[in-house]
Amino acid sequence: MIDFAFFVEIIPTLLSGLPLTLQLAGLSIGIGFALALLLALAQQGNHRMLVWPIRSFVAVFRGTPLLVQIFLIYYGLGQFRPTLQAVGLWWLFREPYWCAIIALSLNTAAYGSEILRGAIQGVPRGLVEAASAFGMTRLQTLRLVVLPLALRQAIPSYSNEIILMVKGTSLASIVTLMEVTGIAQGLISQTYRAVEVFVAAGAIYLTINFTIISALNALETWLTPYRVRA
Amino acid sequence: MKVCRLAAVAAALSMLGFMHTALAEDAPKAITIATEGAYAPWNFTNADGKLDGLEIELANNLCERMKVKCTIIAQDWDGLIPSLKVGKFDVIMASMFITPKRLETIDFTQPYAIDPGGFAAAKDSDLGKLGPSTEKFKLDDEAASKAAVDKLKPLLKGKVVGVQAATAMLEFLKKYFGDTVEIREYKTTEQHDLDLAAGRIDAIFAQKTALAATLAKPEFSGFTVAGPGFVGGLFGAGTGAGLRKEDAKLKEMLNDAISAAIADGTIKRISEKWVKTDVTPVK
Repeated sequence: MIDFAFFVEIIPTLLSGLPLTLQLAGLSIGIGFALALLLALAQQGNHRMLVWPIRSFVAVFRGTPLLVQIFLIYYGLGQFRPTLQAVGLWWLFREPYWCAIIALSLNTAAYGSEILRGAIQGVPRGLVEAASAFGMTRLQTLRLVVLPLALRQAIPSYSNEIILMVKGTSLASIVTLMEVTGIAQGLISQTYRAVEVFVAAGAIYLTINFTIISALNALETWLTPYRVRA
Repeated sequence: MKVCRLAAVAAALSMLGFMHTALAEDAPKAITIATEGAYAPWNFTNADGKLDGLEIELANNLCERMKVKCTIIAQDWDGLIPSLKVGKFDVIMASMFITPKRLETIDFTQPYAIDPGGFAAAKDSDLGKLGPSTEKFKLDDEAASKAAVDKLKPLLKGKVVGVQAATAMLEFLKKYFGDTVEIREYKTTEQHDLDLAAGRIDAIFAQKTALAATLAKPEFSGFTVAGPGFVGGLFGAGTGAGLRKEDAKLKEMLNDAISAAIADGTIKRISEKWVKTDVTPVK
C-alpha cells in the first residue's frame, strides 16, 4: 500500500515549505523568549500595577487555544482596519506572515515567562544575599548570578516549549501561509492520499524536532556536566 | 458427519457471498449526505445552527423522490473526498464541480447545476471598473478563453487574489493567472470574503452565485463582480453529487431523481429562490 516512489515525489514539494516553517518557528521563538524574559523579570519586583496585567496576559494566552488566538489576531483584528490604520499598525496586521508571528510569539511568551519565572525564583536566596554581601549591585547580581543559574535550570522545560512552537507553526496555514502542513493539505487535495502525505510531513517535523532536542541536550550537558543523564 | 458439517459451512459461506452481492445491488434505504456548510447560498449553517441552502433543499427533495431516508452532515471541504472514499458518508453535495481530476478518484452523478467562476474586486480598482458581465467563456474553446484571460491579465498584474484551497477555482487561477497574480489559499470562502473586506487582498475568485451572495451584504457595498465567467475545461461538466465508484445503484437512483427535478422545474425554482438566477444545466 505504501508507495515509495510517491514519497520521493512529494518530499521535495513538502520541503519547499520548510524555509517558511523554520522562519515562523525561529522568529517567534526568538521574539517570544525576549518577551518571556522581560515578563518574568518584571514579575520579580512585586509592583501590583506591573504584575497584574502580566498575570492576566499569561492567563489569557495560556488558557485559550493557539488556533483561536491566530484566528482572532488575523480575522478578528482585520475587521478593525480603520482603527489600526489610525494608529499606524495596519501594515503589520495586513500581512498574514506578521499576524502569525505575533500570535505565535505572544503564545510562547506567555508559557515561556512562567517557565523562566519559576526558574528565577528557584535560584537559592542565599546566593543573592551572598552577592549583595560582596557589594554587587542588583543588576550585577542578576547578570552574573541569578540569570546564568536560572537559564541553565530552565533548559529542559524550555526545550519542551520550543518543540511545541515548531509544531504550532502548522496552524499558520489557516491564515493562508503555505508552510509544510499547508502544502501537505494541498497535496492531499490533489492526490487524496492522506496517509503518505501526512507521514512524510510528520517525518519532516520529527527531523526538525530531533535536531533541536539533540542541540539542546548538548547545550545542557555542556552547561551542567555534573548531572549528565546516564 | 464431518462432510455434512463442511457442506453446511460451505452453504453458509455461499449464502453470505450471495447476500453480499444482493446488498450491493439492492437500493439503499438510508444514506448520509455530506456538505461543507460554509458556502452560502449553496450550503451553509444558518442562525439556528442548522444546515441550510440550495443544496440542502435539493438533497431533501431528491431523497423524497428516491424514497430514501437521508441524513445531512457537515464536513470540512478539504476532507470531503478522502472521507467519502473511506465510507464516512455516501454522497457529497457541496457545490463540487465534476472535474476530470476528481473523476479519477470518485464518481459523480449528472450535473444538477452549472455555475461559472468569476472575480470580484473593489469597485474603484482597475478590475472592478469592468463591472459585472454576463459573458461566459468555455475553457474548452482555447482561443476564446485565452483572449478573455489576456484581457484580464493587465488589470490583475501583481495583485493578491484569494481563493478557496483544494478547489477547481484554485486550479484555474494557477493555470491561467499563476504568472500574473499572487494567490492566497483559504480554507473557506467566508475567510477570503473577510479578507477582501479588510483590504488584505485585492480580489477573490469563486463561483459567480457565491460572489453575488457575498456582495449583497452591506459591508461589501464597495465591491463588485468583475469581468466574464468561465465554465468547462478544468471546471468540468458542472456541479454534481459525488459518490464512490462502486455505488452504481445509488448513482442510477440519484441520476433519475435529478433528471426528474430538472424536468419538472424543481431545480429552477430552488435555484431562483437561493441564488436569484437559474443554474439548471442545459443539455
